Amino acid sequence: MAMHRGRGFASINYPIGMNLGGDPSQALVHSNPDGKFTVALSSIDLGQGMKSVTRQIAAETLGIPVADVYVDTADSDTGPHCMGSFASRGTHRVGNAVIQAAQEARAVMLEAASEELEVDASDLVTDGRGNIHVKGAPSRSITTMAACQAAQFKQGRTVSGRGIFLIPLSEVDPDTGEMTPVSCFAHATMLVEVEVDDETGEVTVLDMQSAYELGRALNPKLVEQQLIGGAWMGMSHVLWETSEPYYPDRSHGPVDFNTYLMPGPGDLAPHHISVLERPAPDGPFGGKGPGEMCANPVLPAVANAVYDAVGVRIDELPITPEKVLRGIRANGGARPKMRLTRTR
Amino acid sequence: MAKIPVTFTLNGSERAAFAEEGLNLLEFLRRAVGDLSPKYGCGQGTCGACTVIIDGETHLSCLTMADAVQGRKVETASGLANGKVHPLQEAFMEHFAAQCGYCTPGMLMSAKVLLDRNPSPTRAEVIEAISGNLCRCTGYAPIIDAILATANTRRLA
Repeated sequence: MAMHRGRGFASINYPIGMNLGGDPSQALVHSNPDGKFTVALSSIDLGQGMKSVTRQIAAETLGIPVADVYVDTADSDTGPHCMGSFASRGTHRVGNAVIQAAQEARAVMLEAASEELEVDASDLVTDGRGNIHVKGAPSRSITTMAACQAAQFKQGRTVSGRGIFLIPLSEVDPDTGEMTPVSCFAHATMLVEVEVDDETGEVTVLDMQSAYELGRALNPKLVEQQLIGGAWMGMSHVLWETSEPYYPDRSHGPVDFNTYLMPGPGDLAPHHISVLERPAPDGPFGGKGPGEMCANPVLPAVANAVYDAVGVRIDELPITPEKVLRGIRANGGARPKMRLTRTR
Repeated sequence: MAKIPVTFTLNGSERAAFAEEGLNLLEFLRRAVGDLSPKYGCGQGTCGACTVIIDGETHLSCLTMADAVQGRKVETASGLANGKVHPLQEAFMEHFAAQCGYCTPGMLMSAKVLLDRNPSPTRAEVIEAISGNLCRCTGYAPIIDAILATANTRRLA
């Protein structure tokens, strides 16, 4: 009996967003009486960082500090419409909508400032710290708060903006079958090393090396966090998790967290991540979004590594010890592809 | 149904509230006392989201009867910050150890008991300490790093 090591490799192209009847998202931006801004979205933050990234995008576009922006995703009944937080579309679709809305609001804010400073709005710039001043003359300035308050209480303007980003429905050409369902792809490649026990059929992921190309990483720490957590989920899907282990037979299905298997903190593999930033031409500040793709490459890479280790090709997930042992038996023993086997 | 008066210490303050007979500590804290920091995950003691500290030990509040804390000291995540955020909370933020945040209060409780008992834990000891707390988002690595960093910072302080 022996432990067999194997390496597996997988690459993916991941489409950002979807194309079922068009893919729109809207954003509304407005200033409040204290000169701070609210971004209203229906794009829910389920932990992936939607609020942080749209806040950064709004602040950057408005030219104000991040602290002066509040992102409200509280209610999808009353907020502007969004298709939803799925398909890795949030950063790309919603980010673009926020840019458009923030640009419109910024233009009104600068008009309000120009009236107060008695200069042309096109001569005004923001310093990103809460001030608007005349280009080349920083002393001739007004705070963004004073400009927004003047707009509201003296000038009777709404410092606000509307934004929408739409990838329209792409119909299939009936003659050629051609269509353009996706405007933007992210990419990833992963190399994993596994150890397979040919006596128990257990597979252990020893190491993960990955490279992700996801446009500009608008918030590098959030990207890194998502890639680490997503790879864990990929590992869980490929080796552990299933609600129907003998599908379509429902027997032996887990009924609670004691029987629904997932890797715990003691089952982690070291994960070495490289993030390659190639800004997307149609992305907000070049961003695409890691989203779902952070889990995807792990699955084929581990399946390939198991094949490399013991010569068993498994095409149904998860790769359980039972499937590995049945495969080894059907092959008349482990058939390692590389000479990485060690005898116990 | 009979109501049982329960007097206990919550995060250093004397508290008293009525618990319906058979009520578990999780629902008691959330509904009768109003501390929403312990989370309801599975309700059967397998996920750790409801972890609280009773007299210095971690307990699953969904499996603990409310009247069992009579006269005892209960700590929850909402009591960690005392004027300023607790070093563990600081480290969790620094290491991006929360995504959706649902497991975080329980993780913080397990981590606090570990560090109170063992100021210099090894990575394996940290893993052991949080092995009863499930996390679905982070892949655990940032949480482990945050707890180890807290221990390191305390040693240097």
